Amino acid sequence: MLSQQLISYKTIVTKEIKRYIRIWTQTLLPPVINQTLYFLIFGSFIGSQIGDLDGFTYMEFIVPGLIMMSIINSSFQNVVGSFYIAKFQNSIEELLVSPTSNLTIIAGYITGGVTRGLLVGFLVFLVSLFFTDISVYSPITVIIFSTLTSCLFSMLALINAIFAKNFDHTSIVTTFVLTPLTYLGGVFYSIDRLPQIWQTISQFNPIVYMIDGIRFGFLGINTYSVYLSISIITLLLVFTTVLAYYFIKKSHGLRS
Amino acid sequence: MAKKTAAISIKNLDKTYLTGTKALQNVSLDIKQGDFFGLLGSNGAGKTTMIGCITSLVQKTGGKIQVHGIDIDKDFGKAKSFIGVVPQEFNFHIFETVLNIVCYQAGFYGIERDEAEKRAEPILKRLNLWQKKDEQARNLSGGMKRRLMIARALIHKPKLLILDEPTAGVDVELRVDMWEYLKKLNKEGLTILLTTHYLEEAEQLTNQIAILQNGKLIENKPTKELLTTLNEETYVINFSKKPSKKLIQKLNLTQVDDETTFEVTLKQKDTISSFISKIPSSDAEVLDIRPKGNRLEQLYLQLTSKK
Repeated sequence: MLSQQLISYKTIVTKEIKRYIRIWTQTLLPPVINQTLYFLIFGSFIGSQIGDLDGFTYMEFIVPGLIMMSIINSSFQNVVGSFYIAKFQNSIEELLVSPTSNLTIIAGYITGGVTRGLLVGFLVFLVSLFFTDISVYSPITVIIFSTLTSCLFSMLALINAIFAKNFDHTSIVTTFVLTPLTYLGGVFYSIDRLPQIWQTISQFNPIVYMIDGIRFGFLGINTYSVYLSISIITLLLVFTTVLAYYFIKKSHGLRS
Repeated sequence: MAKKTAAISIKNLDKTYLTGTKALQNVSLDIKQGDFFGLLGSNGAGKTTMIGCITSLVQKTGGKIQVHGIDIDKDFGKAKSFIGVVPQEFNFHIFETVLNIVCYQAGFYGIERDEAEKRAEPILKRLNLWQKKDEQARNLSGGMKRRLMIARALIHKPKLLILDEPTAGVDVELRVDMWEYLKKLNKEGLTILLTTHYLEEAEQLTNQIAILQNGKLIENKPTKELLTTLNEETYVINFSKKPSKKLIQKLNLTQVDDETTFEVTLKQKDTISSFISKIPSSDAEVLDIRPKGNRLEQLYLQLTSKK
C-alpha cells in the first residue's frame, strides 16, 4: 500500500513538473523577466541614487526579497492553476477514482508547486548575479526559508483552488492578498526604518518574516529572530495543511 | 462449493443531493462476478449517480456498497483498486498525450512507468490508438477519445469495468467493434457494468438487466427472462399491393408511410406464422415482415410506463 502511494505521489509530481516545463514560456520566463526589470529599475536606476542600507548597496538589499517574491508567486500560481484546471476539465476524477489517498494528492500537488517556486527562485538568483556579486551568508537558511515559504503558499493555493468556482476566483487571493502583503513585506525597504506604528502593523504580515529570514540567509542581517520567523511560517504551514486535508476529505467542490 | 463474492453488492443505497433531489432511493442489487450487467433508465433516473457512489465521485447518503467483498466505507482504497471507470463525459487533460494519459493513470494505481508502457502498448493497439500515442488528446476525434477512456480504465487490469454510456456519439462501425472488444473482455472474466441509452446494445451484450426509474429500481432480471415478459410486439409489414379494407379491419393493421406498408401489434401468444396464415392468398401478399423496434426497447417502454 505504501509503495502504491509512493508511485502515485511520484506520478503526480512528474506530471506537474512536465506540465510547467512544457509551458515554460508561461511559467518560468515571465517571473524571470519581471524580476530582471525590478533589478534594472529599482536596483540600477533608482538604487544608484539611494545610499547603502544596513551596510549593503540597495541592489544587494533587494535581491533576497525579490527572490522570495518570485518563489511565493510561482509556487502559488502553479498549484492554484493546475488544480483548478484539473477540476474544471474534470481530470481530477482520474485521481479521485483511483486508490490514491488524500494525503498523497496534497503532497503531490504541493511538491509540484515547491519545485516550480524553487526553480524560479534559483533562476532569479542567477539573473541577479548579472547586476551584483551577492554572496550567500547561510545557504541552509536560504534553503529552509525558500522551502517552507513555497510549501505554505502552495498549500494556500490548493485551498484557493478547492473553493474556486471559476477562473476569476483563482486570481482573487493573488490580487487582494498576496501582492499587497508582498509589496508591504519589506522587499524594497527595511522594516527597522519605518515609523513605529507601521513597524507594529508590519508584524502582522507573515511575509515580513519570510523576507526577513531569506535576507538573513543571503546578507546576514535581520530584524526578527530567525527562530521566530521559522516558527511562524511552520505554524502557518501546519494550520493550512490541516485545513487543506479537511477540505479534500470533506470533498468540498470535488465530489457531489 | 463456497459461494463466489459478488463483484458489487449494493444494499439500500440512498443519495439525496443538497438541493433535496432524491437521486437514489433504497436501491439494492448484486452484480455477480463475470456478469455483463446492463443498467438502464431514462435521463435523470439515477444511473450516473449510482456509478458515482460506487467510484467515490458521489457521496452516498445511506446504504452499503461492497466491491468484491470490500466495504467502501472501510477500505475505499482497496475497493477502488478493483474498478476501472469509463465516465460519460471526457475527463482527461486535453493537452496531455495519449500515452501519458494512460500511463499516469497506471501510476495513480501504483504501477511504475516502465510497466505501464508495456501494458499500454497492446491495449492501445487493440483500440487502434497506438499510432496516436504521442498525439495530444485534444487532437483526437470523438470516437478516439471514447476509446482512450476505455484504454485508461483497463491499464491497471481491473476486475470490474464500469462503462457509463461508452458508445454515445460513436459511429455504427466503431460501436460494433467496441461491442466485440467488450464481449471478449467479458468472456475473459472481466465483470462489466454498462449503462446505455441504446437498448439494442444492452440486448446484444448483457446477461442481466436492471432498470432504474426516478431513483428506484423497478426491474432486475436476466436479460432472456426479462424479454420473455414482453407481452406484445409491434411489426412492420410490406405488402405486394394495398390490402383490402376487409383484411385491414380483420387483422387490425395500421397504415404507415405508404399504402403498402402497415404496422401490427401481436400479443405474445400470437406467432408470426399464425398471423400470416390469416391472410387469404387472393388478397395482398406479404413481402417482408420485421420488428418495429428492438424488443428490449418495447419492453422498457412497457415497464416504465406501467410503473
